[in-house]
Amino acid sequence: MDDAIIKVNHLAASYRRNTVLHDVSFEIQPGSLTGIVGPNGAGKSTLIKTMLHLHPPLKGSVRFFGLPFKKVKKRIGYVPQRGSVDWEFPTNALDVVTMGLYGQIGWLKNPSNLHKKKAYEALDKMGMANYANRQISQLSGGQQQRVFLARALVQDADLYFMDEPLAGVDAATEVAIMTILKDLKDSGKTVMVVHHDLQTVKGYFDHVLLLNRTVISHGKTNDVYTKENIAKTYGGDLRWMREEQTHVVHSIE
Amino acid sequence: MSYTGWIILTASLVGLTCGLIGVFLILRKMAMMADAISHTVLLGIVIAYLITNELNGPHMLVGALLAGLLTAVLIQWLQTFNIQQDAAIGIVFTTLFAIGVVLIATSVGNAHLDVQHALMGEITFIPFNTITLPLVGNVPQATAMLIIVFFIVLFFILVFYKEWKITSFDPALAASLGIPVLLMHYLFMSLVSLTTVASFDAVGAIMVVAMLITPAASAYLWTDKLSIMLVLSGSFGVISAILGYYLAAWIDTSISGSMAFATGIVFLVSFIFSPTHGLIGKYIKPVKG
Repeated sequence: MDDAIIKVNHLAASYRRNTVLHDVSFEIQPGSLTGIVGPNGAGKSTLIKTMLHLHPPLKGSVRFFGLPFKKVKKRIGYVPQRGSVDWEFPTNALDVVTMGLYGQIGWLKNPSNLHKKKAYEALDKMGMANYANRQISQLSGGQQQRVFLARALVQDADLYFMDEPLAGVDAATEVAIMTILKDLKDSGKTVMVVHHDLQTVKGYFDHVLLLNRTVISHGKTNDVYTKENIAKTYGGDLRWMREEQTHVVHSIE
Repeated sequence: MSYTGWIILTASLVGLTCGLIGVFLILRKMAMMADAISHTVLLGIVIAYLITNELNGPHMLVGALLAGLLTAVLIQWLQTFNIQQDAAIGIVFTTLFAIGVVLIATSVGNAHLDVQHALMGEITFIPFNTITLPLVGNVPQATAMLIIVFFIVLFFILVFYKEWKITSFDPALAASLGIPVLLMHYLFMSLVSLTTVASFDAVGAIMVVAMLITPAASAYLWTDKLSIMLVLSGSFGVISAILGYYLAAWIDTSISGSMAFATGIVFLVSFIFSPTHGLIGKYIKPVKG
């Protein structure tokens, strides 16, 4: 079967002189919703950034739709970690969402009313229509994350990468975001999400990529999200609270 | 125009241009970069003088532009060796500035170019050094240069408005959308260099930092909209320039020093009275938790 939408081959990357990723290889099937799971410092964010040329690779190759990244940029949407931007920036929610369209608008042109309308619809989809003109520093953490999601939606990409979209958000936002991710998947989009909550992996993702500097295991969640693989990923320092699914990860360095 | 008129016009142009550029310096968290470039353009001016043996507008602009870009490139390059940005800035600008100072002392020391002048500027002499332009007649050279640089800066801000906004707010998203983030960075550094060198004659290398940073930092306290912040910052720059001139005339002191002092007053007023970010505003309406 050779219909993979993403092919990563022997990818390696370093961060401040430490090799963070080595020999990372995997293939992603179209229409899948994949959770990238691993301990702190496992290179989850670095993996996404390296795939999107935001971080230089040491070696290896990444192909999307069989093509290099540069040729397919416009078909890929990226949602950075919420903490990566300054929310005191003088702008409002609608404006941030409109930024997702800047690539399509092109040079020397300003966003038209049509672009604003699209951005407003995306905000509405995230339940944020009432906050369109709100200064972004006045939004709660969950609302800020919804704005980021709306910005990704408005890009109308085929492939989405999201870095911890559920980190530090309220329960309602978590439900709203997961609904949108499932909608995206159902409409044939492919989504990769860096995720940190081991308890929800089974319920949220149909595929899982267990990562700790290299791929520990990757495949359908039901097949690979096993006690053994999780223990292998987290270095065995994992205590099972109950024999089923609830467990706690102790901080390891 | 009268002698006083030219000085106020020149000072206002400094305030206006620096105010506009300063907004992006603040939003990109690059205030230290302004400090660096304001010093290293001295090297560019000295080398331009050594090559052409003249101290006039176009040569100085080109020299400063190249020095500013060299500064930005060297700082970017040092960072690839895992040197912290603030350390990289400190290393590069002191070294390049020192070379400029040494060159002035050894090779070009004369009445037109000295370290004191470069650091403090001397706006009172500006009306004496004029050029004749078609239609408008005699214009002080420094003023003409500032007018040109103001329009260059305004042009680039308007033309790339949304690109400045997105590369300042979220460079990672900008890069993933195909916007050349690094190129925009160097273009911005070029604009900072041009602004600095054009302001040099009037306010010097140290005061230009005040004109770049303080009006923009004040404007930041008054508004939540980028376009309004630009307008406010430019206005604060002009107000500080005019206020500074009359302050200097009143207590008979350095004009550039008074202008920088006036930016400080504008900031203090903003810091106390701004409805959203000011001390009083916070006291009356505590920030919701």
